[in-house]
Formats: sequence, C-alpha cells, structure tokens
Amino acid sequence: MNIPLSIPLWLPLAAAIVGAFLPKLLQRGLVLGAMGGVFGWAIGTLVGFDGSKGSKTDGLQNVTDTIWVEPLGVHYKLGLDGLNIALIALTALVFLACLVWALMRGDAKAGPVSGGHVATSDTRWPHERRFLILFAAAQTAVLGAFMAQDLLLFIGFFDLMLLPFLFLTLSWGEGPNRAGAITKLFIYTLVGSLLMLAAAAATAVLATSGTAGGISFAFSDLQAAGVPSGSQNWIFLCFAAAFLIKMPGFPFHGWMPDGYGAMPLPVLAVFSAVLSKVAAYAFLRIVLPLYPDASMHFQDLMLALAVCSILYGSVMAFTVTSARLVLGYSSVAQLGFITLGVFALNDDGAQGALLQSVNHGLVVAPAFMIVAYLARRAGGSEDVRDMGGIAFRAPVLATLFLIVALATLAMPGFSNFIGEFLILLGVFQDNLVFALIASIGVALAAVYALRLFIRAMHNREGAAVDSSELTVSEAAPLVPVIVVILALAFVPQFLLHRSSQAVERSVVSYGPVVAPAPTPAALPEGQTP
Amino acid sequence: MIAVTKPAIDWVAALPLLILIGASPLVLLVGLFKSRAARHGAVPLLSAAAFLVAGILGAAQWGDNTALFVAAGSQGALVFDELAIAILGIVCLTGFVTVILSLRSRAPEEAEHGEYYALLLAAAAGMVVLAAAQNLITLFVGLELLSIPLYVLCAVELQRRGSLEAGLKYLIVGSLGSATFLFGLALLYGFSGDTDLRGIAKAVGGDPTDSLLLAGIALSVVGLAFKASVAPFHQWTPDVYEGAPTPITAFMAVATKAATFGAFLRLFDVGLIDAQQTWGPMLAALAVITIVVGNVGALGQDSLKRMLAWSSIAQAGYLLTGVLVGSAFGAEATLFYLVGYAAMNLAAFSVIIARERETDLGDSIDAVTGLGSARPALAWPLTLAMLGLAGMPATVGFIGKFVLIGAAVDGGYTWLGIAIVLGSVISLGYYLRVVAAIWMPVKDAPAGDSAGIETTVLAVVLGAVIVVLGILPGWALGLAQDAGRALGVL
Repeated sequence: MNIPLSIPLWLPLAAAIVGAFLPKLLQRGLVLGAMGGVFGWAIGTLVGFDGSKGSKTDGLQNVTDTIWVEPLGVHYKLGLDGLNIALIALTALVFLACLVWALMRGDAKAGPVSGGHVATSDTRWPHERRFLILFAAAQTAVLGAFMAQDLLLFIGFFDLMLLPFLFLTLSWGEGPNRAGAITKLFIYTLVGSLLMLAAAAATAVLATSGTAGGISFAFSDLQAAGVPSGSQNWIFLCFAAAFLIKMPGFPFHGWMPDGYGAMPLPVLAVFSAVLSKVAAYAFLRIVLPLYPDASMHFQDLMLALAVCSILYGSVMAFTVTSARLVLGYSSVAQLGFITLGVFALNDDGAQGALLQSVNHGLVVAPAFMIVAYLARRAGGSEDVRDMGGIAFRAPVLATLFLIVALATLAMPGFSNFIGEFLILLGVFQDNLVFALIASIGVALAAVYALRLFIRAMHNREGAAVDSSELTVSEAAPLVPVIVVILALAFVPQFLLHRSSQAVERSVVSYGPVVAPAPTPAALPEGQTP
Repeated sequence: MIAVTKPAIDWVAALPLLILIGASPLVLLVGLFKSRAARHGAVPLLSAAAFLVAGILGAAQWGDNTALFVAAGSQGALVFDELAIAILGIVCLTGFVTVILSLRSRAPEEAEHGEYYALLLAAAAGMVVLAAAQNLITLFVGLELLSIPLYVLCAVELQRRGSLEAGLKYLIVGSLGSATFLFGLALLYGFSGDTDLRGIAKAVGGDPTDSLLLAGIALSVVGLAFKASVAPFHQWTPDVYEGAPTPITAFMAVATKAATFGAFLRLFDVGLIDAQQTWGPMLAALAVITIVVGNVGALGQDSLKRMLAWSSIAQAGYLLTGVLVGSAFGAEATLFYLVGYAAMNLAAFSVIIARERETDLGDSIDAVTGLGSARPALAWPLTLAMLGLAGMPATVGFIGKFVLIGAAVDGGYTWLGIAIVLGSVISLGYYLRVVAAIWMPVKDAPAGDSAGIETTVLAVVLGAVIVVLGILPGWALGLAQDAGRALGVL
C-alpha cells in the first residue's frame, strides 16, 4: 500500500497549525505524533523499498504529479527513489529526536548558570506554540526539498526551509548579535538560491520552450530535453554556488561561525544534520543528470574545492575551542568528503557520498546534544577549555560520546568508514592526486574528534564543572539515534542496496568507469546479515 | 470650412471611466455640507463605492476589447482591452484601499474631506486614461490628469512642513518630466505624422533608425521614467514618499506605478516595437542602474516610508525588464509583478499607517520593534510583505521575480535576470532588518492601543493575498497572460 507522499510531507505542519488552536499540551502531542508518524512511515518505506521497481523512464516510485502553475509548466511532482528515501528517513529521525530534546531540555535538572556565555540555551521555550509551528514547518520544507521532482518546486522548498530558521533564531537564538548573524547566514544562502532561481528559469526556457509539451520544470522533462551545452557552464556555476554555500563548503563558509553561534542548539542540530544534506543530494539529483557537460568541465575545480574544504575544515576543527564550532568545522570537512564523492562522477563515489550524507547526519545530531549536555555540566560554557573531567562521574555519557566520536572519525566498523572508503575509491579511479590529499583528511578527523572527546571528558576537571550522570530525559532523544548509528555499522549494505540503481541513473551520462571493484554495493541481498 | 464628424462613443463601455470622473465633482459637492455625517460618512462611502463599481464594471468587460471614442479613420482614443482593464482593476482596488486607510487620517480633515477624495478620484481617472490610451494625445492627457491631483494631494497636510515641501518638490520635478515627455511625443508625431500608436508603429517599421524617432524615444523615456521613478530620474521619490500623507504615499507607490508601466507597455511594446533593437539595450541599462541605485539607497534607511520609496525604485527596475524584452511573455511578467507589488506594498503601508496612529514614533523602524509579540495581526502581514518583496517562495514576490527572470532569459537578456537576482540579494539587507526588528524579543516594545480595526483587517487580508497568490498563482498568471497577448506583440 502506498501512502500519497503529500500526507507525510504536510502532516507535521498541519498538525502544528491545527494544534495552535488547541490546548498547549495537545499541540505538543499532535506535533510529536505527526513527526513520529512520519518517522514510522519513513522507516517502513525504507525497509520495504526496492530500487528496481521504479518507473522505467525516471526510476521514481509513488509519484504524485499534478500541474501546479499551468502557464509556467510547473508541476507539483513528488516521488521516491534510492537517492532520497534514506535521506527522508534521516530527516524524520533527526527532527523527531531534536523535537524530543527541545521539549525535554528545560525539564532536566540544570546546573546553576553562572557567567557562562550561553545562559539562554538551557531554558524552556517561551511562546512554545510559535516554536512548534516553525519547527514543524522546517520539517515539511526539508521533506519537500527531498521529495520534489520539479525544479521550481525544489527551489521553493529549498528557500522555504531557511525561513523557519530565521524566525527560530531571532526569537530563541543566542547572543545579542544574533539578528546580524542570522541575516548574514540568510543573505549568504540566498545569494546562492537566487542565482539558482535565475539558472532554473534559464534551464527550463532553454531546454523545453520549443518542445512539443511546452515549457516544463519537471526533472524528467528537463533531462529528456537536455540543456544546450553552451549554456550549461554558467548554469552549473549558479547551482554549484547555491549548494556549496548551503553545505557550507570552502570558500563559501563565511556565514558558518556566526550562524552556528547564534542558533539555539536543538535547532542547530537539525540545521547541521539535515539542511546541508539537501545540498549534497541536489548535486546528485539535479546537477549531475541535467548538466553533464559542465560537470565534466568543472570536475577538477569541484574536486579541488572539496579537498580544500576537507583540509581547511579539519585544521580549523582542531584549533577552535568552542565545542559547537568544532562540530561546525568538522561538518565543513565532512561535506568536503561528500562533494569529493559526488564529483568523482562514478558509481562508487556517488554511493559513498550518499551513504556519508546519512552517516554525517546521524553523528552530528547526537554530537550537538552531547555538546549541550556537556555545557550544562560545565557551568553553561561551551568552551572546551572550561570542560574536562566530566567522564569521571558520567560514564554512560562518556561511552555514548565515545561512540559518536569514533563514528565521526570513521573508525573501521562504523558505516562512516564504508562511506569514506567508497568516496576515496571513487576518486582514486578518477584522480589519484586528489584522492591522496583527501586521505590526509581521514587522519585529521581522528585528531579533532579525539581532541574534543579528551578535552571534554578527561583531562583536569574544569573550574565550574559539576558533573553528573546522564538523566533519563537527556537520554531519551540521544540513545535512539546512537542505536541507529550502531545498527547501520553492522549493515551498511542496507542503504547501499536501496540506492544503487538510482545512483547509477544519476551518473549514467559519465561514460564507462574503470571496471567496478567489488564494493558492498555489489553484494547480493542474501548476504545481508 | 472643415467638416468635423463626431466620434462614435460607446457610453456603456466607458462607464468605469465616467464613474470615476463623475464621482469626483460629486464628492466635492457633498463635502460642502457642514454635517459630520456627510463629511465623515457620505464622502468616503461614495468614493469607495465609485472605486468598487468602476472596478467591477471594468472587470465585466474582460475580453470585450471595446474601443471608446472612435473618430472616423482612427483606432479610437482609448481602448478597454485586457491590459487596460488589468491596470484599471489595480488602480480601483488601490483607490478603495486608500479610501479605507484615509478614514482616520489627518489629511482628509485638513483638505475639507470633499477635496481630498475628489482629487483622489480624479487621479485614478487619469491613470485609467493613461493605461487605455491609444494615441499620443490621450497618453499625455492621462499623464497630466493623474499628476496634477497628486501634486496637491502630497501637500494637503499643511500643518506638517514635510508635506508642503513634498508637494512642491513633486510639482517641480513632475512638471519637468511632463514637459520632457510632451516634447518627446511631439518629436514622435513629427517623425510619423500620426498620433495613433498603430500609425506610429507602421512608420517605425519603415525606418526604425531615423534620428527624429530616436530623439523622440529618448525624451519620452525620460518623461515616463520620472513618473515611474526609474533611476537616474528617481531623486524626488524618497522625499515625496516621506513627506506625503501616508495613505497618499501608498496610492502613489502602487497605482501611479501600475498606470505608468501600462503606458510604458503601450508606447514601447505597441507603438515603438520595431525599434526594440534600439531602445531595448538603453532600457536595460536604465533597469540595471535603477536596481542598483534603489537597493543600495534603501540600505540603512530608518524611516520605513523612505525605505519603501527606495525599494519601489528598485522594483521599478525589475518591472522595466518585462517591458524592454518586448514580448507577450514580458508584458505578462510585468503585469503579474504589478499585481503582487500592489498587494505587498499596500500590506506594508497598512501596517505603517496603523503603527503611526498607535505609537508616536511615526514611520520609524522603531515603531515596529517587538511587533511580533505585541501585535501578531500586524506583524505577520508586514513580515510577509517584506519577505515577498525580497522574493521568498510561497509569496507572490517569488513567482513574480521568477516570471520576470524567465521573460528576461526568453528575450535574450539573461544578464538582466542575474541583475534582478543580485538586486534581490542586496534588498535582503533592508527587508530582513525590518523582519528582525519585528521578531527579536525586546524588553520595552512600544505597544500602543489598537487604532481601529480597519487597518488591521486590511493588513491581514492583503497578507493572505500575498500568500495565496504565491501558492496558487495560476489564475492570476492566466489573466496576466491574456493581458500580455492583448498587446499583439509576439
């Protein structure tokens, strides 16, 4: 039985809006129920997903397609395939966990906040109704961006998903300068998105305006018609700018330190775990299939930028002292790896990029939770120099943190290792130099992840540290995500099997690659434990 | 002796125009009654009714394409085609909104009520004439009929120095614009020997590079650019917008711009279309300058009226894009953007007017700080208006920008599409500042008592329009498409 995609897409927002007219507790319940429902649906669909069952032309399943703006040829077209299904499940999981976290965080026995620079981050949410609506709207927008199969619809959701974060930061963010910080983030991102809007208009007009079906923005129509290769270059650059800014990738990360510093942590966790993945996903969904000539043309540039992101992000991550910025810069590095995989322009790289997108989302969300828990035990400060010695009284927290840290540094055995391995394998087939330089990033990741862990958990006890064990309300959002990380560590093929056909489809125009090595993707389904 | 034949006049079809013109002296006379009921009740009521009835009668003629005042051998002085009716609709709705916004305003008090509304109706009639004009004479008559009442309306708040100054400034600069425009029209007539737009089109087709023609085009561009506040002819805009009574500012910002762009479309995309190779690049240069000047000027403005004035300059640059590509797609984009622009600006002005009455901070950005918690019913419309003007999705501004960019690419002006985009990026700097002021929690936000339900209702309705047209633009785009095709260009 297929549930129309519009239902899980709009359910969170609808629940929050309906709930706004009901008593407070009921609204909470409704939103939690809706996000839980979406999560249940996503997991169910992911488990039962068979990538080979899609339509013959574009590989999509469970398609909703109605014409939306007729004079412009814009479709309201949603669909699932191997590219987006895992990311949709990731989105559902992260939003649910972060909502639980956000609602719980005021309940925990908070240490006295004295002189720390983040006094606001550990209180309840004033105006909770508005918070729930905005948070749910964010989920709907992100899901929409993943499900959209029409260029304009995608851009609409892509821009729209930023808006809730604007309001969330303005109303509940941290620091007096948050308006400036979030404005900077917004302008940075919209430079990209608006350029993308112009590029999208050009794509549709140039590709389909003369065709029999009239102008159309559906991906399938655009791909069938093809964009004239003379125009592909500037269009490609506009899209690449949009997605690199969103990730963020070097050198477009200028908004990141300010923006990360201004957002409330549960919101930031969602932002970092999910929104950046939309950009990585969009490379595979839009850029590679629609602009093959330009992707080949700019491959080296993109690989170079990706390598810069990896090195720069890693180096910054082990020099900054704010724990959330360590995670911020580590994301820059991780997304560098993902970009690298995408622009290997072959199956292995793209598979790795997709797997690594899910992995990074799964580790960064609990990492931000742990930062909040650490700050609570370190007198409200997120500076690693104020932490230290927390593990002594909180062994369970320390263990969970260690799992997250090891996953982040791609310890063999974790699915992150498989992801980075596939990415590097893909790049090795294509360009040895970039692959070798990027390999350094793997080592650097170990440095910053372990540094964060050691500085916070061991070392001399910080001055204001008052450590205590993980409480039940703290564990409630954290443990389920870590269970998923561990589960995926055992069966990474679970995701690779489901995405392989779709990934092949998106890199199909890049010619035969070197004989494919036996990767986990090639294992038959029967070998899944 | 020359035999003069009377032109054929379709009185019924002309009703929308006649109602506006007729209501003007009527409310002037009713305003002479001393009783409060007549001045505060009957006068605004009659004016609002005139706007509504004219708008509805106009809409009923959609698709009829009636030529009015047809002299023998001519195309008619005016024509109510889809383009004219679309502009008529925008003007009448804006007029209706302006009447409501003026209800508790000081400006009508000082102008003895009757005069204020009479001038408003006359200006609206001028706009309709301008948008429906089929020859140079009616084009100029329309322009003057809309301008002269507005000069007075800007200056009616005699107690305020800014108001009189605004009126005077607008008068001087506006007259210069009108004179230039008239000179340009004279040259066009001299070149073609015809005042009819289609006659001119025929002459232009024969010789599109004649020097007389080029001089005429240049001068008439200047004239219209003054009215539409296209840079570098925009300098009056911030001062006049700030000084004029706020309801009048709203009316000028929306209706004048709509009518002027109607005239732009008529003159350039019908009369001079064959010389598009010549004036296209020129207008494109003006559009880019306008986009940059408007958006940069708006940065750092603390007065919301001035900020919207600069933003309206920038929007004029976007709108010009739809004109200069010289295609039906471009005309459609311009018209659709005008509709969205009307909704967004009127929503913003409704909130500004409400806050002017509720606080004593005037139109300063301080008047809207903390509005999100104090007055959500005003905060949301203003937020939507700002985000819409910036071009965020799910608002009409997004679709509007998108069709404009599409038209630019379609017409071979891709770089202009990029310029629109970069302009929008700059514009975030000032639009987001307002949004941040509204939603940042503050300790001592100026609350003020609610000043009348009508501004709030208007703001909420217009806010809803911004979103509805942003999500379901199909119907309005279809109408704009019809109107774009009415011009008869490809």
